[in-house]
Amino acid sequence: MADFLQLTVSGLGTGMIYALAAAGFVVIYKASDVINFTQGDLLLLGTYLIFFAVAQVGLPWSVGVAATILLAVAVALAIERLVLRPLVGEPVISMIMVTIGLSSILRSAVSAIWGPAPRSFDSFLPSGDIAIGPAVLAADRVLSIPIALGVLAALGLFFRYARDGIAMRAIADDQQAALSMGISIPRVLAVAWGLAAASAAIGGVMLGNIVGVTPNVASIGLRVFPVVILGGLDSIPGAIVGGAAIGLLEAYTGTYLGHGLNLVVPYLVLILVLMFRPYGLFGKEIIERV
Amino acid sequence: MNRMRYECGVFHTRYASEMGLRPRPLQRIRLVLIAAAIVVYPFVANGYWLDLANQVAIATVGAIGLNILVGYTGQISLGQGAFMAIGAYSAGLLTLQAGLPWAVGIPVACCITAAAGAFFGLPSLRLKGLYLAIATLAAQEIVEWLMTHWTWLTGGTEALVLAAPRLFGARMNSPFVFYWLGAALAAGTALFAANLFRSRMGRAFVAVRDQDIAASVIGVDVARTKLLAFATSSFLVGLAGAMIAFYRNIVSWERFTLETSVVYLAMIIVGGLGSVRGSFLGAALITLLPALINNVGRAVQETAPQAAGLLPHVQHAVFGLVIIVFLIFEPRGLSKLWGNVKDYFHVWPFAYRKG
Repeated sequence: MADFLQLTVSGLGTGMIYALAAAGFVVIYKASDVINFTQGDLLLLGTYLIFFAVAQVGLPWSVGVAATILLAVAVALAIERLVLRPLVGEPVISMIMVTIGLSSILRSAVSAIWGPAPRSFDSFLPSGDIAIGPAVLAADRVLSIPIALGVLAALGLFFRYARDGIAMRAIADDQQAALSMGISIPRVLAVAWGLAAASAAIGGVMLGNIVGVTPNVASIGLRVFPVVILGGLDSIPGAIVGGAAIGLLEAYTGTYLGHGLNLVVPYLVLILVLMFRPYGLFGKEIIERV
Repeated sequence: MNRMRYECGVFHTRYASEMGLRPRPLQRIRLVLIAAAIVVYPFVANGYWLDLANQVAIATVGAIGLNILVGYTGQISLGQGAFMAIGAYSAGLLTLQAGLPWAVGIPVACCITAAAGAFFGLPSLRLKGLYLAIATLAAQEIVEWLMTHWTWLTGGTEALVLAAPRLFGARMNSPFVFYWLGAALAAGTALFAANLFRSRMGRAFVAVRDQDIAASVIGVDVARTKLLAFATSSFLVGLAGAMIAFYRNIVSWERFTLETSVVYLAMIIVGGLGSVRGSFLGAALITLLPALINNVGRAVQETAPQAAGLLPHVQHAVFGLVIIVFLIFEPRGLSKLWGNVKDYFHVWPFAYRKG
């Protein structure tokens, strides 16, 4: 039982980081129909930027987090302006390949600057353990769950109440109608990339605290796909539920079934969802069938 | 003389001559020159350049295979690495465990890959565009997992070591010997693909890409065509995988990761989607680019030794940059650039250009 609780919490902790990356993916997909392969690299950038700010420059952590988010947003805005905007309206394959190209550039830039060796900094999330009943849980993992949920809730509120958020939903709903109501699509695209980078940067900061700073962080970018397909490509609540589900699934299969099955089960789920319910749990049911 | 030089001087009097693959005299001359260059090359080049040529030959076969699926049929696949792996592992296991001669093992491996390709193509019957891309991504991850975890069959993370097969009495993995096999297979693949798209089947592929509903209205069985495209493409991709297996004499999962899929997609994007010539040009550029950067890097290193560690990062960054630059400035790739050059000289010195 104690093991189970521990697994559940660590699974949820990983799942919430997936959810943060997935939320950024969903925001960009909603605004521009682009499937974004750079999400993992934005996470990577987040972990290295917080390492840079806290350990190399020596900023206090609160300033470091703010600086990390600002820098990540700046990089994302530059990407959007220089690379994505000239390609608006190109076929799917171009959008996939352009984000893959970007991912290659971002990753090599990060490892050129900071080298391939793992780094670490003094975690500023509370260390120590929390005892819940019979289980002893690492405090930073427990804490990462409410942090991620808070960020995701803020994103949800943004879509509900903020002017740009509503504009984004309008564009996702009907691009022409949105244009004729005076919504600026370039502006909305820029906001989408900014938000995606911000949520990835927060995920990166948490990863840096919990697992340390390594180039492997970028591989989480691929884990985003099972999460968003399960939750629905255009749904923020879907990203949360999907992230939690995939995180838990990995934790349980890794421990109870073994054989490295936790690496492949998310993709089996992905195939099943695509075959039977391609719009996912919460996505809009307008999938083009063949 | 005039008729030799300019296309506008060539008049077809029979349909057969117009529909030929290389109808114009100048094209035939070029073909002969290229063939001569291919034959002379291995006697001139040293081992390093011969090895690069072999890599280009393998990449050409794989890129043409991928282009049939992605460029001509419009089914986006991120599973290239997985299909190459299936080709390589089955070729390796068939010769190593089942004891088949390589000349039998390779075609059987290609057929196995074609069957696997048709199987992984099943999602394409329900999914399109980015959903299909994500499904093939999952297929890639699943095959990668199988390669590393299905230990009794694939050897897991240990590489599969093959006995070097013999070709005309010499070990096939020597660059000079493999060159002939590689060049023949690459040329054969190119000829096959060029002819495929003059046939009913190939035109059905293109029809499905351009408008699947219209294609089904004019009598193309869309489901069958898509699976056929997956199978045909995977057959060639499996061939490329088997070529790697016999050239390197080693089959290891690291050669067939998602990165491989991405590299091959980059080849056909840079070369030109839906173009056989583009597949070759893209395969050559993407294969030679790291070598080129390496050589430049070595020259730079002599003046600035501290730059040595940056080389792999530069290679990755340039790879990404090349993709982005082509997508933004010439989405139809090297093939279109080459066409532009040709068009310019077509009716030279007159300014009129077609298109």
